[in-house]
Amino acid sequence: MEAEKRLVSPYDFLTDMGFELFEKNQSLDSYVEAMNPDYLEDMGTNREMLRANYHAIHKKPEVDEKVKSILIKGGVNKDGEKEGFDILLKPGEIVSIVGPTGSGKSRLLADIEWLAQGDTPTGRHILINGVQPDEDKRYSMDEKLISQLSQNMNFVMDANVEEFIRMHAHSRNINESDLLIEKVMQWANDLAGEPFTKETPLTALSGGQSRALMIVDVAFLCQSPIVLIDEIENAGIDRRQAMALLVSTEKIILIATHDPVLALMANRRLVIKNGAIDQVIEGDEHEKRVLGDLEKMAEKMLSVRNALRMGNKITLKV
Amino acid sequence: MITVSGPPSSGKTSIIEKTIKELKKKEIEIAVIKFDCLSTADEMIYQKKGIKTKLGLSGSLCPDHYFVNNIDACFRWGRQENVDILITESAGLCNRCSPHIKEVLSVCVIDNLSGYHTPKKIGPMLKFADIVVITKGDIVSQAEREVFAYNVKKVNPHAKILHINGITGQGAAQLSKLFEIAEDYDSLDEKKLRFTMPAALCSYCLGETMIGKDYHIGNVKNMNL
Ligand SMILES: Nc1nc2c(ncn2[C@@H]2O[C@H](COP(=O)(O)OP(=O)(O)OP(=O)(O)O)[C@@H](O)[C@H]2O)c(=O)[nH]1
Ligand SMILES: Nc1ncnc2c1ncn2[C@@H]1O[C@H](COP(=O)(O)OP(=O)(O)O)[C@@H](O)[C@H]1O
Ligand SMILES: [Mg+2]
Ligand SMILES: [Mg+2]
Repeated sequence: MEAEKRLVSPYDFLTDMGFELFEKNQSLDSYVEAMNPDYLEDMGTNREMLRANYHAIHKKPEVDEKVKSILIKGGVNKDGEKEGFDILLKPGEIVSIVGPTGSGKSRLLADIEWLAQGDTPTGRHILINGVQPDEDKRYSMDEKLISQLSQNMNFVMDANVEEFIRMHAHSRNINESDLLIEKVMQWANDLAGEPFTKETPLTALSGGQSRALMIVDVAFLCQSPIVLIDEIENAGIDRRQAMALLVSTEKIILIATHDPVLALMANRRLVIKNGAIDQVIEGDEHEKRVLGDLEKMAEKMLSVRNALRMGNKITLKV
Repeated sequence: MITVSGPPSSGKTSIIEKTIKELKKKEIEIAVIKFDCLSTADEMIYQKKGIKTKLGLSGSLCPDHYFVNNIDACFRWGRQENVDILITESAGLCNRCSPHIKEVLSVCVIDNLSGYHTPKKIGPMLKFADIVVITKGDIVSQAEREVFAYNVKKVNPHAKILHINGITGQGAAQLSKLFEIAEDYDSLDEKKLRFTMPAALCSYCLGETMIGKDYHIGNVKNMNL
């Protein structure tokens, strides 16, 4: 994403913080020097703090070294037996994670999110570009490195879709152009199927619309090269397009799922059993054909659902 | 000693409890002092987990002033009990609260659900904290988490920001490491608050209940209407 830098005027910055100013277009110093220290104290701040705050909003997000690979070094299963696999992941790859409920799918995602260093119940280690991320990086990294999507996540922000996109772009120091808004709207609507507008309040979006917007937002606005997805299947979105969009942004995608279409769409799938990776299965031609059949069935379901919604009799041969 | 504060229900107790669980693995003696206004179930929660705890209820006094009037005694109590790390939990009830002490590691806990304007509204409690813990990231979108963290950075660019899940404890290990390396002290005497506390010295502080100009005595500030 082309990250053009935005400059916030000292006037906007201070009024946004709740200060009443009378003249526009002054420098930060002249505003701050003119303020009475008692007034600043009333506002719960001081001059030094204000200057630091102003600089903070202009700090460019640090550019991390590019993620070329993630290595999941095996740990132990729930009985303490050795996990037999190390998994190497590369950008542009989708890996699905399958297994019964309680087997440890979410745990694996959490290990990656946490950049585990033998300090989780599984004892796994996560290496980025072949090395253990150092302690200090671990705090700051998760946010920049990893985006997450899960079933439990909702929008809680009291804003409409356009305000939300602008705010997120702003926080990422990305130029919040109208073009960007259009692009996000277009994609999110395509994925969701049920249309929504820029003016729709975030909290009024349906489950599918929320999920669609989250995915598109992750694709275009989150710089993080790793996307962890935990069971979003019931959302009713165009799953193939969604995955294609994420892959096209050269991210590494891990998706824990019970959905056969999503599981088969992946290049590889990890089968989790009793807390550890039990098998790694590569998709083959035969599986691709099954996927094709499943997708046709899904399409059929969709067209029947739409027909029902429109009040039509079902004439399709199923 | 470590001061932990944050708006009501932001996850302070959950975070402290999970962090202590990490510290206990290393056989570190810990106690928690909970400051609150009227009542709290936190004392019970800590006790249930086998954590040594004391409770201070400020009742009709400003909780911040109550805190600072008792904190040195709490510290002495902790030393008597041979506590390695004494943690205070206090709810910032008025947003202008200022419970942090210079040189004493200070943590502010806020949650993603509290709305993206919240960081701007919280005063010294957030602005002067060394560590800001953001909770409840498990239930909001990635984007909102990022916007929220950005808004925190805007008001407190110096703090270390940690994302911790108060329910699973994911992230608490990191906080426990910061607790372990926190500075030790023999006493709190001569230590200073990081920022002045909210002040009041007016007739209502002394129990006045009548409304009207005649009853406004002392440190009174009038609105611009
Ligand atoms: N989903 C979710 N819930 C959380 C998280 N952290 C805390 N909670 C829940 O939030 C509620 C309040 O948490 P507490 O830890 O009691 O909050 P507190 O700040 O100590 O509250 P007071 O002491 O009453 O001011 C509890 O129901 C917790 O289970 C989190 O990371 N995710
Ligand atoms: N290797 C392991 N050792 C110990 N506990 C584990 C291991 N793997 C998973 N667990 C625990 O098992 C429980 C269920 O795992 P979870 O990841 O939630 O399952 P799923 O997402 O597949 O339903 C969790 O409490 C998790 O921490
Ligand atoms: Mg799960
Ligand atoms: Mg509490």
